[in-house]
Amino acid sequence: MSPDRKRFACDACLRRAALIARLAPRIVALLDRPRPRLHGLLALEEGELLAAVAGDRAEALRSELRRFDAGAERERLACAGVAGICRHDPDFPALLLDLDDPPAMLFVRGRLETLDRLREEPAVAIVGTRSPTPYVTEVAYSLGRGLGAARVPVVSGLALGIDATAHRGCLDGRGLAVAVLPGGPDVVYPRRHRALYERVRENGVVLSELPPGARPYRWSFPARNRIMAGLARMTVVVEATDPSGSLITTDFARDLGRSVAAVPGRVTSRFARGTNGLLKDGAVPITGTEDVLDELFGAGARRSPRAAGQPPEPSDPVLARVLEAVERSGSVAMIAEAAALSTAEARAAIARLEAGGYLVRRGLEGWERALGAPILPGP
Amino acid sequence: MLACVATFALEGVASHEVTVEVDVRRGLAAFTLVGLPDRAVRESRERVRAAVLNCGLEFPQKRITVNLAPAHVRKAGPGFDLAIAVGLLGATEQVPGEALGRYALYGELSLSGAIKPVRGVLAVALGARRAGFSDLLVPEQNAGEAALVEGIEVRGVSTLDRLADLLHGRWSPGPALPKVPEAPDERSEDIDMADVHGQEDAKRALSIAAAGGHNALMIGPPGAGKTMLARRLPGILPAPSFEEALEVTQVHSAAGLGNGSLATRRPFRAPHHTISAQGLVGGGNRPQPGEITLAHRGVLFLDELPEFSRAAVDALRQPLEEGRVEIMRGQRTLEFPANAIVIAACNRCPCARPAENCSCTQLDASRYRRRLSGPLLDRIDLVCQVDQVPHIELVGDGSGERATSAEVRAGVARARELQRRRLDRTGALCNGDMDGRLTRAMVPLVAAPTARMLAARERLDLSGRGHDRVLRVARTIADLAGHGEVEAVDLDEALSYRLDGLDLVAA
Repeated sequence: MSPDRKRFACDACLRRAALIARLAPRIVALLDRPRPRLHGLLALEEGELLAAVAGDRAEALRSELRRFDAGAERERLACAGVAGICRHDPDFPALLLDLDDPPAMLFVRGRLETLDRLREEPAVAIVGTRSPTPYVTEVAYSLGRGLGAARVPVVSGLALGIDATAHRGCLDGRGLAVAVLPGGPDVVYPRRHRALYERVRENGVVLSELPPGARPYRWSFPARNRIMAGLARMTVVVEATDPSGSLITTDFARDLGRSVAAVPGRVTSRFARGTNGLLKDGAVPITGTEDVLDELFGAGARRSPRAAGQPPEPSDPVLARVLEAVERSGSVAMIAEAAALSTAEARAAIARLEAGGYLVRRGLEGWERALGAPILPGP
Repeated sequence: MLACVATFALEGVASHEVTVEVDVRRGLAAFTLVGLPDRAVRESRERVRAAVLNCGLEFPQKRITVNLAPAHVRKAGPGFDLAIAVGLLGATEQVPGEALGRYALYGELSLSGAIKPVRGVLAVALGARRAGFSDLLVPEQNAGEAALVEGIEVRGVSTLDRLADLLHGRWSPGPALPKVPEAPDERSEDIDMADVHGQEDAKRALSIAAAGGHNALMIGPPGAGKTMLARRLPGILPAPSFEEALEVTQVHSAAGLGNGSLATRRPFRAPHHTISAQGLVGGGNRPQPGEITLAHRGVLFLDELPEFSRAAVDALRQPLEEGRVEIMRGQRTLEFPANAIVIAACNRCPCARPAENCSCTQLDASRYRRRLSGPLLDRIDLVCQVDQVPHIELVGDGSGERATSAEVRAGVARARELQRRRLDRTGALCNGDMDGRLTRAMVPLVAAPTARMLAARERLDLSGRGHDRVLRVARTIADLAGHGEVEAVDLDEALSYRLDGLDLVAA
């Protein structure tokens, strides 16, 4: 398929997407807590949808729909630089059709040719809390990066915290990043992720079921989650409390019969209650990129290039001693004592280990052993 | 009859000459004071009247006009009393007018005629020398301080009638001797580096900070000893030179601190985090030096840095970059010296618990770190850790092999001497003073460290400014070790103190 191939968006699907965008403000009221599900709302036919949601505006909307001009809509998309792909298009990700309520349209920005890869390779959704602890941030980054480097597309939601970190990891691993947005494909949410959005757009795809310009609504977050779960063969939750949006995504994944995986958290931590709960219910425990790859492709069938080379232990005995000490304590004084060095020597060794990719700086708290060796700059 | 007397007005920590003109002529009895006096100056009329009368001198029942020239500068404080009184005595020919020309006077009067000590006498003495006066008369208690200035004869006088005797030539006290503490080498034994158990990392970082004049940030839980360590930094800095000591004394004298003798110790200031921007860098209606100026040539310690107001921390930008504070007042600009090493301290995270029990989410932590960022962090060269010392170490006998302040100071002094020679005629005194351009010129890297630096920049996300900071610190570490060129191990250690990349994986 060539990138300039004419994409097919049928009038009916375009009209349905426009209708949902028109109804968007009214859907909010129909959600319930704590895990707002759409209860098949988006699976309804046009007429039923109008009857269920539109209320007194139904007649006005109906006449508006009758006048709907698909040609003008296509022009509008072209102006916005957005490709519209309907579910009848061969490019439409087939996995999404497993949903009871697949989106009629996907509005896509970015490198459209990568949609092929999304069909050929099983994708993984990485989701989690918006305010992660530093430890899981590293895990999310490393998973994103490892999967990216193993040519596994990484799907996430561009949200704060885990989502963004997974995207970054995937991009740094030169992988295919797929961001599913809660608003239109040109509406960056949260806005502070503008730079990340651009990176994803340049190296992967940004997509949404809502047409350009649509703002996100409360209901569109769980709706977006169903698309993430639908696109991915496997959903990995890195850290989530309970209730949480990530658990909505795993509910969808379960309903679709896709694998659900979680990164084990501290049993005492309320921040990990959601993920630990998933594990108790039988989710696949994830301790690294390999666990994900093994689950997707069978044990050992595919390795991440970084995983293939777990960093060789440093050959210098002093560095090896310091590295071991760092794993026990982040305190320079204790590292120095354990390695029988002065703090000055210990610091010099730490800097060399850091520059060598063995250690990462952990904010203000010192150092931690890096998860796997860094990927060498690729072609 | 007209008499003119020279005195000095304190402005910031410096002084400028003010001529007190007293005109006494026949007319309705009145005492007018002009030349933008503030309240304290205006009230000096009452003090002068009472002091003159109580000394058994005559207060004329005539029309008295006193002008403080230059007339456009605001005059503040009680230091003009003495000059006004002596001008009055000269104008009424109670003291010989011709004697007044060579003297500058400065002091406050009490109603009894006693001359009371005032602030800022050192600044006045420096001003008087600059203005070319050969003699300065000051309150007796301030004479030792004023005499620190060479090239001007200072005499201390205790009362107004003694002063009249002196001007008449009936009494001639010898010039005052400079007040220098008896044993200037006697460092305070009570706070020594050797008192601090453990904390090797922070001690090392502080000795690098001292050796290179670098600002540092200490990170550690509350109660781990950050303040205790910072307090010991002045003790490992080389003793101030005479000029530096004079600058310190001048600042402290103008601020009303100090005991009037030469400051032989470097100041240590630890303002509370509720301080205002004005309190930190100086200012006010009558500009007063701020904490950074009071810490001039010494150490400014900012504990709980994230708790300081944004405005206060931002105000430190100019002093940290230029070593001085400029304060605009109307059309004039005042300058305060402000060359201090800044040591800041903060917790690892907002909850301040050890890493194992930390309950902070990344959002909390990054919010906390954001409060840290800003111009101050750009000037911090070193970050070090202060850990909770295990109790077992605290109960040790304490004799151990811990280096004393004097030992550390000796190493610091050697490193500073190397820097002084290298930086001769560059305007910088120590590595911490070097700007980016000078750093790159002064710290060439030979092959091995260059490769390290390139690798580090590749992997560690080191910014250009961060690169310069690492070079500066590496140079100081090499100076401490006596290495002629920066070696790879110096550079490695310097890299580990860097502050860059704090938010490398932040959301």
